[in-house]
Amino acid sequence: MALEVVSLSSGYGPITVLHGVSFRAEPGRVSCIMGRNGAGKSTLLKCLMGLVPARSGTITLNGVALHGLPAHEVPRRGIAYVPQGRRLFGPLTVAENLAIGGLVTGNRPETLHRVLTLFPRLRERLTQTAATLSGGEQQMLAIARALCLDPRVLLLDEPTEGLQPSMIALIQEAIVVLKARGVAVVLVEQRVDAVLKLADRVAFMVSGRIVEDRDVSGLRADADAFRTYVGV
Amino acid sequence: MAFGPFLLLALMEGLVTAAVLALAAAGLSLVFGVMRVVNVAHGEFYMLGAILAWVVASVVPGPPAVGFVAALVIAPVLVGALAAAADGLILKRLHYDPEATIVATIGLLYMIQQATLSLYGPNANPVPAPFEWRIQLPWFGYSGYKLFVVLAAGVVLLALWIFMRRTKAGLIMRATQVDRTTARSFGINVDLVYMGTFALGAGLAALAGVLIVPIQQAQYLMGGDPLLLSFIVVIIGGLGSLRGTLIAALVIGLSDGTISMFFTPTLAKIIATLLVAMVLVFRPQGLFGARA
Ligand SMILES: Nc1ncnc2c1ncn2[C@@H]1O[C@H](COP(=O)(O)OP(=O)(O)O)[C@@H](O)[C@H]1O
Ligand SMILES: [Mg+2]
Repeated sequence: MALEVVSLSSGYGPITVLHGVSFRAEPGRVSCIMGRNGAGKSTLLKCLMGLVPARSGTITLNGVALHGLPAHEVPRRGIAYVPQGRRLFGPLTVAENLAIGGLVTGNRPETLHRVLTLFPRLRERLTQTAATLSGGEQQMLAIARALCLDPRVLLLDEPTEGLQPSMIALIQEAIVVLKARGVAVVLVEQRVDAVLKLADRVAFMVSGRIVEDRDVSGLRADADAFRTYVGV
Repeated sequence: MAFGPFLLLALMEGLVTAAVLALAAAGLSLVFGVMRVVNVAHGEFYMLGAILAWVVASVVPGPPAVGFVAALVIAPVLVGALAAAADGLILKRLHYDPEATIVATIGLLYMIQQATLSLYGPNANPVPAPFEWRIQLPWFGYSGYKLFVVLAAGVVLLALWIFMRRTKAGLIMRATQVDRTTARSFGINVDLVYMGTFALGAGLAALAGVLIVPIQQAQYLMGGDPLLLSFIVVIIGGLGSLRGTLIAALVIGLSDGTISMFFTPTLAKIIATLLVAMVLVFRPQGLFGARA
């Protein structure tokens, strides 16, 4: 179930943001993407979801092409997305947000049960509208909504941005569980500690190019990489 | 007639106006809410509903009730299909750009109006009510059909509410309304949702047209008034809010009915328009709309 990106270029109108990006995500592994603001991390995820068209290059899941599919076909292939800033359906209830997440898989009760076991707090809030949740709960819902799709690949764009430490820990635990279940996790993350804790591989992105892509084991001793590419 | 019964009569007339208006305005509001399209041709879908009711009634043999029931089904479906085609051929190609679609639906308005003039002619034609019974109140008799219109509009609006709140299709429409990009990344085919929404909105206007035609006669220019009143209702109620639309339709319909009877219809329109101006100044998101 590997997601494979080869020489992907993409952008908005006349602006090219991604310049020949190559990247891989494998089942049961967490592949991180790091880079400064504006490097193109979110654009890469949007391009994987078909929300921003690929100009050249390929995106394949197990050898089957994803590039060129209409955006609404991408989740049907088992790819779920937690966008930056969450983008919940605010006026809809928690249950309704989860139901949207489960649309393409027919909203199976056992999937919902599994998701709510991972985030028990949401079970108490099912009839509340998403907009009334706290920031941490909203992020849980954004992840839970994606998990209702029972994805093979999960794309997470800065899921712990702006959250309290206790919430960050909860979300990191959830990522560990998903990895153990064999999901291929793609995590855009700015915190070095989180990356060192969760990642199997780390790709550094600078101005729309992947400049380095390596196993996390070698990185633990190498704080320079972070300083160079992320500025921490 | 004494004041009390006269007021009652005025309120009943107002209720009929409100019922038809609520149906038409609900369609306009739905289209704006989900698609962010201001459909200037909405009144023409209402007009087409009325004209098609006349066509169906004159073609279908048997008692008027049979033709009327046929029209209740056929007219909204045909008008909905026309709207779906207009969506695919025009609005989709404009990428639903809010300004371009206003201009395009103005064009659509004239195309529908002139096509109707060519095919149907300038005359106003009556359609018999499906049944003739009158309700005899102590002070005056009242058309049973008019009460049926109020009831029918109520049932349709309730069904619309249940559809939006309790069905999967309604949930998909509401999610698309909130954030179409995120909706797409969860597998929602937004093009299909838009086409269905535009058809549903037009179908509601057409249904209002069918219901009004035994009271008002079918004529190719009849779409103007309901368009204006629907805009008034939708602005007062808050664009995209079904509840606000219903309440505003009641307020406008009842005040229009009573002021028209006690004074003149022109005064009623003046007051309604002033009300809109005041809402726009003091509460631009409408009485029930969420702040943008
Ligand atoms: N919708 C958009 N239209 C035009 N340019 C955009 C859009 N979104 C992002 N960009 C530009 O693309 C570049 C990469 O942005 P983004 O992918 O959001 O970076 P990151 O997620 O790494 O912070 C930035 O220069 C940004 O200004
Ligand atoms: Mg970003």
